[in-house]
Amino acid sequence: MMDEGTELSLTIAQIVQRLKATHLHSQIERQAKECLHRPEIQLESLKEDVRNFLKASGWERKLQNAVYRELHVQPLPSHPAAPPEHAKEPLAYMRKAQVNWEKRILKSLNSMCTELGVPLARKRPAVEQKELTNKWNEMGTDEPGKWTSSQSICSDRRLNTPSYSISHDSQVLISLRNPNHDSSEEASAKSHWGLIQVPLHDRDIPQMREAYSELSLTTGQLGIDDHTHVPPDLFESEHTRIGKKVVNEQDSAAAQQYSRQGCPTGLRADLWALILNSTNEPEDVMHYEQLKAGVIHHDLLVDNLIYKDVKLTASNDDYYFVFEDFLYQVLLCFSRDTAVLEHFSYNSATPPKSYIQGKVGVEEFAVVYPPNGVIPFHGFSMYVAPLCFLYNEPSKLYSVFREMYVRYFFRLHSVSSSTSGIVSLCLQFERLLQTHLPQLFYHLREIGAQPLRIAFKWMVRAFSGYLSTDQLLLLWDRILGYDSLEIVAVLAAAVFAFRAENLMEVTSLTSAEAVLADLSTLKVMPLIQIFLFATVI
Amino acid sequence: MSKNKTAGYKGPYGYQKRREGDGRSCVRYKCGLTNTIQDVLRQRPGWMEVKDDGEWDFNWCDVGWLRENFDHSYMEEHVRICHFRNHYELTRKNLMVKNLKRYRKTLEREAGRIEASKCDFFPRTFELPSEYHLFVEEFKRSPGSTWIMKPVARSQGKGIFLFQKLKDIMDWKKDGSRSEEQRDETQVESYVAQRYIENPYLISGRKFDLRVYVLVTSYIPLKAWLYRDGFARFSSTRFSLTSIDDQYVHLTNVAVQKTAPDYDPEKGCKWQMQQLRRYLTARHGTETIEALFKDVDNIFVRSLQSVQKVIINDKHCFELYGYDILLDQDLKPWLIEVNASPSLTASSQEDYEMKCCLLEDTLHIVDMEGRLTGREKRVGGYDLMWNDGPVYREDVNLETLGSACFTANTHLGCVNDRKKQLRQLLKPFPSKKRI
Repeated sequence: MMDEGTELSLTIAQIVQRLKATHLHSQIERQAKECLHRPEIQLESLKEDVRNFLKASGWERKLQNAVYRELHVQPLPSHPAAPPEHAKEPLAYMRKAQVNWEKRILKSLNSMCTELGVPLARKRPAVEQKELTNKWNEMGTDEPGKWTSSQSICSDRRLNTPSYSISHDSQVLISLRNPNHDSSEEASAKSHWGLIQVPLHDRDIPQMREAYSELSLTTGQLGIDDHTHVPPDLFESEHTRIGKKVVNEQDSAAAQQYSRQGCPTGLRADLWALILNSTNEPEDVMHYEQLKAGVIHHDLLVDNLIYKDVKLTASNDDYYFVFEDFLYQVLLCFSRDTAVLEHFSYNSATPPKSYIQGKVGVEEFAVVYPPNGVIPFHGFSMYVAPLCFLYNEPSKLYSVFREMYVRYFFRLHSVSSSTSGIVSLCLQFERLLQTHLPQLFYHLREIGAQPLRIAFKWMVRAFSGYLSTDQLLLLWDRILGYDSLEIVAVLAAAVFAFRAENLMEVTSLTSAEAVLADLSTLKVMPLIQIFLFATVI
Repeated sequence: MSKNKTAGYKGPYGYQKRREGDGRSCVRYKCGLTNTIQDVLRQRPGWMEVKDDGEWDFNWCDVGWLRENFDHSYMEEHVRICHFRNHYELTRKNLMVKNLKRYRKTLEREAGRIEASKCDFFPRTFELPSEYHLFVEEFKRSPGSTWIMKPVARSQGKGIFLFQKLKDIMDWKKDGSRSEEQRDETQVESYVAQRYIENPYLISGRKFDLRVYVLVTSYIPLKAWLYRDGFARFSSTRFSLTSIDDQYVHLTNVAVQKTAPDYDPEKGCKWQMQQLRRYLTARHGTETIEALFKDVDNIFVRSLQSVQKVIINDKHCFELYGYDILLDQDLKPWLIEVNASPSLTASSQEDYEMKCCLLEDTLHIVDMEGRLTGREKRVGGYDLMWNDGPVYREDVNLETLGSACFTANTHLGCVNDRKKQLRQLLKPFPSKKRI
């Protein structure tokens, strides 16, 4: 095990390395050079003066934010002798499960290709390119398959492949076993009643009370203390004032801390962009335009998955239907963004590789497919839809979404031991339920309604599409604030706790589903607060 | 306030009266519509429908009935009807504009230009054919502009079209295929030509307008209530000025949208007002949007003031108006029109519930049962917006009089916790007593 000092200097070296390649670096360099003309810069105290100038002009803060961002996306520190896979996922059996799952997805994608006779990618003819450029802002008005080589593809039921539907994901997780763990001798009382049977670390409520102390009953919250009957001077006005200050200071770390108590509606867009260090500089806009050009030039097979997903999920949603066009504009570009490949260094998943025709297995002719390495699935667009509420400039919306994806959302559909990973969330959910609502859990198990079967779909989408938008945004405030998806598992358990009385009456999985079908009226913060801080332990 | 009648008093028709107040335990109602209002009236405790020629205490009629019968009906003091006799001064497009223009002129004369400019919330409008020449002058002053032609008295988007060239409307007059119909029309029907708002506020490329509900219980003095709920109606296609013939793009009326080829009835094309307000606040900040909603309040008040002296004030009358408001890209609200019979048909379960609550609260305010004191600033989802003067959230007394910050008592698009408020406000329904 490396000692802390070496670990730290290694991290610093890695971050410095990464930042050297960024536009920010050249900007700061230029600023430093240009400030030499300024009267307050003296030759005797050059270093000091330049530093002070950078601080006063806000450049130091920008650098701080950039460093903070890098810390968020650092792979886990590991032993120098460990193979790179360890940074992606330390546990071998998890890696293996992920690899097997990926193999199946790839297989179905390839067979979709051959069966339907559609290439993975094809260049668009010039006429089509021109048409798509004109229609860029209203792709939603066309038939889903219009811009792809096979117009019937989206209605093709062969599109319902294992790679596409979510139920398959849960099967993979349920069958996970640690080969080194001998659970045969555990007493039945201590055994786990749920579907996830892996010995991952989970937290109990007392530990969570400490970790989520800002959500306690005595601390002000948006989502609770901004309720109509609470006078704003008690919490809301002051909290908003602080929020404005944080935005003015452009402090990433402060914004993250602030977000734990919720972001005011009028400041949320700026605060989230700050936490994610998502800028809308000319180079970001240019990057987006390049991606857009990529969409115009080439049509990818996975685009069909995107069209189908948007039409089936977001377009049918009472609130998100308006943003249909934005969703295409973001997701089609996302598929082509090779910058996303960076996150695979800490994602247990590996991007699928495809080979130029005739050169299968020859590494020089291997390309990652799709270019960003992420195969979309049913419901994927729901990660983007709530963000449309906050950002209406496509390049800004894109930038925020991409960062949210590479920090959080990817963990919801890959097999890993991360505490924010879907495996841990499922396990955490089941353990919380079993510990604090044993009667309910037992009853549901007996009637064949394992709680995870209902809660899984909520957690995979981080509740997007299940909660009303304002409540969802309050939940995602805390995901950003605590830099973890764990709160999603807590909310899932809290929802069951809330509906416990009704659930105890049901006698089948279908009726249990019916009780939990409509979450649109739930208020998330009171539920979470009561579950964490008012449950008798 | 209320007169105390001695116990056992029987009015001339033998119905029962509650002991205290003018409220009644049994209300006989007549209802000319067959949608949500029917359900609401039927479910109200103590209310009974009367058929055909029976005596009624309450009438929810359509404007046709009103036109034919109002002048011949004698109504007791307690009786209520849901329209004002000459509501069309506000709700017919040409009359509304005429009244607003006149009001604006008066305001300019009496209070100056700045005050008058607060009435600049309707686009340049001309009545045709009577103001044809004035219209042509204005038309020529803004070359390349787009105008919208609306028949004065029709609803649901019927007969509306856009034009950019004078010859388009002259063509229409000369159009052979329509000549028979149109000859009749030009004899009886007026149109208004209105400057089309070419830069509407778009959400994800789509145009929308707002439907807001305002309840007026009296014009002199003016007493008006604003309902917190409402909705934004989206056009199902993307906005563009290149296709002005495409009715579906420009008209956001649900009735028109329903006939659009890609209209999916399962897919709502409405947002609740709360959702819209939240979206706008997230995009523009709290202060900007509060200012916007203040401008919207201004539209209601001024439009009602403009017809205050024209409408025949009758204590029997109340009216629920559906205001159509359009926002432009500068976040300026524009008044499109006022409806005296806003659609009460529900387009979805959510819509049905909203309209039920709206109508229930309307009946609470009309207060046939005599449960209100008359001093309330809020009843259910309604906030008292104007009561012979502006109504403020804060209590105005000697202490607060000097303070400059009074906020208007309106909450459009805000949380509507009406059930809770009603529980605290209203005494339970009077039980039927028999003597």
